[in-house]
Amino acid sequence: MESEKSSARFISKSELQALIDLLRDDGFTVVGPTIDQEAIVYDELTSVDDLPRGWTDEQAPGKFRLQRRGDDAWFGFVVGPHSWKKYLFPPLTTLALAQKTDAGWEMHTPEADETKYAFLGVRACELAAIGIQDKVFTGGPYVDPVYAARRNNAFIIAVNCTQAAPTCFCTSMNTGPKCSTGFDLALTELPDGFEVESGSDAGIAVLDKLAGQTPTEQQSKSAEVARQQAVDQQSKQLNTDGIRDLLLGNLDHPRWNEVGEVCLGCTNCTMVCPTCFCSSVDEVADLSGENVERQRHWDSCFNLSFSYMSHGTTRNTIASRYRQWLTHKLGSWEDQFGTSGCVGCGRCITWCPVGIDLTEEVAAIRSQDTPVAGAAKSGGAS
Amino acid sequence: MTSLPGCTSAVDPWLAHTVRIADITDEIEGVATYHLEFADAGVGESFEFRPGQFNMLYLPGVGEAAISISSDPAQRGTLDHTVRVAGNVTGELARAGVGATFGLRGPFGSAWPIDECLGGDVIIVTGGIGLAPLRPAIYELLNRKNEVGQVTLLYGARLPSGLLYTNEYDDWQSRGLDVNTTVDRTDPGWQGNVGVVPQLLDRMPIDDPENTTVLCCGPEVMMWYTARSALGRGIPTERIWVSLERNMNCAIGLCGHCQFGPTFVCKDGPVVRYDKVASLLRVEAF
Repeated sequence: MESEKSSARFISKSELQALIDLLRDDGFTVVGPTIDQEAIVYDELTSVDDLPRGWTDEQAPGKFRLQRRGDDAWFGFVVGPHSWKKYLFPPLTTLALAQKTDAGWEMHTPEADETKYAFLGVRACELAAIGIQDKVFTGGPYVDPVYAARRNNAFIIAVNCTQAAPTCFCTSMNTGPKCSTGFDLALTELPDGFEVESGSDAGIAVLDKLAGQTPTEQQSKSAEVARQQAVDQQSKQLNTDGIRDLLLGNLDHPRWNEVGEVCLGCTNCTMVCPTCFCSSVDEVADLSGENVERQRHWDSCFNLSFSYMSHGTTRNTIASRYRQWLTHKLGSWEDQFGTSGCVGCGRCITWCPVGIDLTEEVAAIRSQDTPVAGAAKSGGAS
Repeated sequence: MTSLPGCTSAVDPWLAHTVRIADITDEIEGVATYHLEFADAGVGESFEFRPGQFNMLYLPGVGEAAISISSDPAQRGTLDHTVRVAGNVTGELARAGVGATFGLRGPFGSAWPIDECLGGDVIIVTGGIGLAPLRPAIYELLNRKNEVGQVTLLYGARLPSGLLYTNEYDDWQSRGLDVNTTVDRTDPGWQGNVGVVPQLLDRMPIDDPENTTVLCCGPEVMMWYTARSALGRGIPTERIWVSLERNMNCAIGLCGHCQFGPTFVCKDGPVVRYDKVASLLRVEAF
C-alpha cells in the first residue's frame, strides 16, 4: 500500500483527453465505453465527449436500462454487454488462406494484424477475464497467433468501480472490485479528476507525460471511499466452496432439467461472457472456388450443432447444454486452466432474456447435494 | 504494456501443409485408405507421429475432419488415413482421385501407451473403423514383439464384410498377433464368432492380469463394457486405455468443441486412461 500511495498521481479531468491524444499519437486505437442502441458498449473513442458522461446502468436479471445520473461522472456505471474479448479474440477473424494453383492447393497465413489497441475503462472483473483468456489462448501447448499479437500490443487503462449493480458478485470470485494487477494505468474517478496508479513501465512512461501531482491526503481518502462503495453495494454472492466437485458430482441433479425448461438456448450468456472462448471455423470461398478463407467466428456450447458428430449430436437437449456451460465455467475450467472461468461480472444474468441467474442455479444444486449421483455412481470397478 | 507470460511460439497452428494423394486402397464399402505424401518433401521427412494420433485433413472450401493416422510410425514416406464416408469432408475426399491435393495439420493428440505395454501382455479391443487408429499400435507392437508378451486382437464388426484390413491378418498372425474376430450378424460362409466384442474378452484366458494392458477404441458403451469386463478379470484400472471421439474443430484446445468434462479430447486425448473418464462415460448427453 505504501508504494502504491507514493506512486499514485492525481490528474484533472481534462488530462484524460490529453491521455487519449497521447495514445492516438503513439499509434494506438483507443477504445472505451460509449452509448449505442440504449446500452453502454465499447467502441473507438477519439474524445472524452464519447464517454457516457452523466449516465449509469440499471441492471437486474434480464434487464439493462440506461438512467441519468445526478452528476456528470464519466465512468459512473458498471458493465454493458460488450467485453474486451471482442478486440483480443475478435468475433470474426481470418485464420488461414488456401489458393488453388496449377500445382494444387497452396496454404497461406493471412497478413499479421498490426492494430495496437488501448483499452480505456477496463474494470477489475475484466482484468481478471483477460488474465483467464491469456491462459486459454497462450498458456497451453498451442498459442493462438491472433490473440497473442493483439494482446501483446494492448495498453490497458483500468477504471476502479465506484458502484456495484445488483448482478455483480466479483467479491465472491475474488476478482474485484479494486484493480490490483494486469493494467498499465488504473484510474479512480473523483468529481474533479482521477487518482491514477501505474502498473507497468509503459504505464509509468505515459503517466510521466501527463500534467499531474501527488494526490492530497483528502483526494486519496476520497478515492478509497469511492472504491469501498463498490464493495459495500454488492449484494449478490456465489458460494464457491468446493464448487468444482459440487457441480461435477451432481451431473444427474434434477435442477439441470428444471433450468433446461426455462433456458431458451439463445447463447446470449456465452456471447456477453468475457471469458467464453468457443469458436468454429467456416470456409468462405470466392465465386471461382479457388480462393478460400478460413474464418473463425464465435460459437457457443448452447448451439445444437456445437457437439455434432456423424452419428448424432452429443448434447441434444438444452438441459445438457446448460449443464455443459455451467459445469465448465465453474468446474472443469479449474482442471483445464487452474482458475474458475467466472469473474463475477454478472453479464450472463443481466443479458439472459429469461433472467436465469447462475448463482441461484448453484445454490439450488448445493441445497440438494447428492454426491453419489452422476459422476460417482457409474465409475470404478462397480 | 502488461506482459503475456511464456508466449513465444512462432509456429502458426492454423497453417496446413499441402499433401497429395499418392494412392488409394479401397478397403470395405464406404471406407478407403488414402496414402498421402507431402508436397514439400522436407516436411514429409521430418513428420513424425505416435500410434493413436490424428491429423486434421483440410479440403479447401469444404472444411476439416479429424482423421486418425493408420500407418506404421516407423515407415517413412507414406502417411495413411483410413476414412469412412460420414460427412461433407469425408464425402469430398471420397470423390478425390490419386494426385489430388489438399491440406493437413498435425499430428495432434495423445498416443497409445506403447512403452507401458512392454514387458507384459496386451489385449486390443475394437470394432469397425476403430481398428484404424489402433493399426499403428499393432505395427509398433509387432515391430517390438521381442519386448512384449502375448498380444491379442479382439475385433468386431456388424457383418463379416465390415471387417477392415482382412488381407493383413495372416501376416499379423505369423508375426505373433493373436487375431480374433466376431460379427453381430453372419454372412453366408462365415464360420467365426458371433456376438459383441466384450464377450470375446469375457471368454479369453488372461494369464497375468496384473501385467496386461488393454487398448480399446469403439463406441462409448462398448468401451464401458470392455472396461467392466477387464476390471472383472483383474486387470488394473490404470492399465486400461480408451480412445474418445468428440466434435473436433481446431485440434489445438482453443475452440471448446471437443470437451468431455475436464478433458479436451483433441489435446488431452483422444487416448486417455480409462479411470480418468470412467465416471463420465455413462452420463447421458455429456
